[in-house]
Amino acid sequence: MQLKFQVKGMDFGRAGQAATKIKKALQLAGMDPATIRKAIIIAYEAEMNIVIHAYHGTLTANITPHKVEIIAEDEGPGIPDIPLAMQEGYSTAPPHIREMGFGAGMGLPNIKKSADELDIQSEVNKGTRLWAAVFNN
Amino acid sequence: MLHADVLCGADLLDIEVTCGFGCDLISDSLCFARPGCLLLTGLTNVQIIRLAEMVEARAIVFVRGKRPGEDVIKLAREKGLPLLATDLFLFESCGILYQAGLRSS
Repeated sequence: MQLKFQVKGMDFGRAGQAATKIKKALQLAGMDPATIRKAIIIAYEAEMNIVIHAYHGTLTANITPHKVEIIAEDEGPGIPDIPLAMQEGYSTAPPHIREMGFGAGMGLPNIKKSADELDIQSEVNKGTRLWAAVFNN
Repeated sequence: MLHADVLCGADLLDIEVTCGFGCDLISDSLCFARPGCLLLTGLTNVQIIRLAEMVEARAIVFVRGKRPGEDVIKLAREKGLPLLATDLFLFESCGILYQAGLRSS
């Protein structure tokens, strides 16, 4: 099963809806709660990264009995230094984003912790593609 | 105990919460809050409702005298999520609930 959602930059009103729908689909599919938890952390953080940093993008979930793939593709500023962005606490989010409880620099580190496999490709001034997989045990 | 006002979900106040989690960061709440918990936070934007739904929190207590906007209360009402608000700080609120027997998420 594939679920695909459009995600708009700075649309905080709807942000999180895609991840919520993915969670419901995973629950309906009868996935293991630990798998759902990990997949949802990835989906939500990836969705928020598009909302906070990019102009627009898509969040896709490929669900099979053995694996959940989360793919976040965006057009945006890209990530100039991926290892730096992966460090806990490193953030480029502006103050008004932080006041909403985001931008603590935990998004990508949380994704890395939750993913069994992770690949991030990014091009400055073009966009970012994040692919993550969680295996359903 | 927290001298809290009920903002919505007054009819749901007899539900049971299994644990508590206090936090002002969305990412940490997502990773550490457990299903069935009571979420205590100073965040009042609409994202906290979406987060509560995601982590399956049973209710939210807003601390430090913070009050969410009508749009946030409306969304919580739609989702059957009780909202309470107290003037107490996060630390004190958690302490009182811990003393009363509520344990960490």
